[in-house]
Amino acid sequence: MSQNNKYLTALKAAFPYTIPIFAGFTFLGMTYGIYMNVSGFSFWYPMLMSMTIFAGSMEFVAVNLLLGAFNPVQALAMTLMLNARHLFYGIAMLDKYRGTGLKKIYLIFGMCDESFSINCTAQVPEGVDKGLFMFFVTLLNQLYWVCGATMGGIFGSLIHFNTEGLDFVMTAMFVVIFLEQWLKEESHVSSLLGLGLSALCLIAFGPDQFMIPAMAAILGVLLLLKKVLEKGGVAI
Amino acid sequence: MTLTQRILTIAVIVLGTMLTRFLPFLLFPAGKPTPKAVHYLGSVLPGAVFGLLVVYCLKNVSLFTGSHGLPELISIALVVLLHLWKRQMLLSIAGGTACYMLLVQFVF
Repeated sequence: MSQNNKYLTALKAAFPYTIPIFAGFTFLGMTYGIYMNVSGFSFWYPMLMSMTIFAGSMEFVAVNLLLGAFNPVQALAMTLMLNARHLFYGIAMLDKYRGTGLKKIYLIFGMCDESFSINCTAQVPEGVDKGLFMFFVTLLNQLYWVCGATMGGIFGSLIHFNTEGLDFVMTAMFVVIFLEQWLKEESHVSSLLGLGLSALCLIAFGPDQFMIPAMAAILGVLLLLKKVLEKGGVAI
Repeated sequence: MTLTQRILTIAVIVLGTMLTRFLPFLLFPAGKPTPKAVHYLGSVLPGAVFGLLVVYCLKNVSLFTGSHGLPELISIALVVLLHLWKRQMLLSIAGGTACYMLLVQFVF
């Protein structure tokens, strides 16, 4: 009884946080499934790839890689570059994922942008098991994504309704999460650096190549400012 | 590509993705003390990462052609205002998304 309650309480606490992702992932997942469908792949591909890769942007790129000539080295290099941001998530979650037992393996496996963002910022209510809360956030998000991708793969071109602009739900969610972080942090130096350095790199390197330089710049400047930021001396 | 080559390609992508997710946890296991610099980065990175993610979402917006990024700018302003006003995550996200959809479907 109490065992069941523990799971149900955590699931109930986690679900509301995942509603925007339900909208976003169902839509984006379906887009991905349809894209694979019209590229000539059966629904098994989007279904199994969304289960095992579970990194949205990489799965879209994977379609092109699968359509091209066989080149595993290039595929690996692309994957590492596109997903390098996960390294940052891992470093930020080292403490939070500590002590979650076996669930930790799944938490790390399923650490996409959205699950990371929620697990990093959500205030887990009193009496709710933190590990279980984060587990359900991750699991629900992956469920939405896999269902969307599979449906897109099966129904493919049958779907006709005007969803133009629905993908903005993800942008809106990241803006809200950025704002939540902004409202609770004492110094805004890191947030401002993240926005500013990324924007500068985007202008300098263009949309397809700016992520790695932006991450390097953020890492470099944050390390340079270590002494200042650790003291909490500046409150911008 | 043959089926085997396809499976190999997907396996490589899975492996690469997992490497980026597991590496920090393998390098700094729970049992050992984490280096001070890494611990510091873990505490200051979230703010910067969310800034990076916002820019990442907007990377394909062109300021000089098409709608000049106006639908995005207006909708983000609405998200921020709604959120500062009610601080209801779902309301802010739904409001901003609905606004964006109306703008790109009917106005721009």
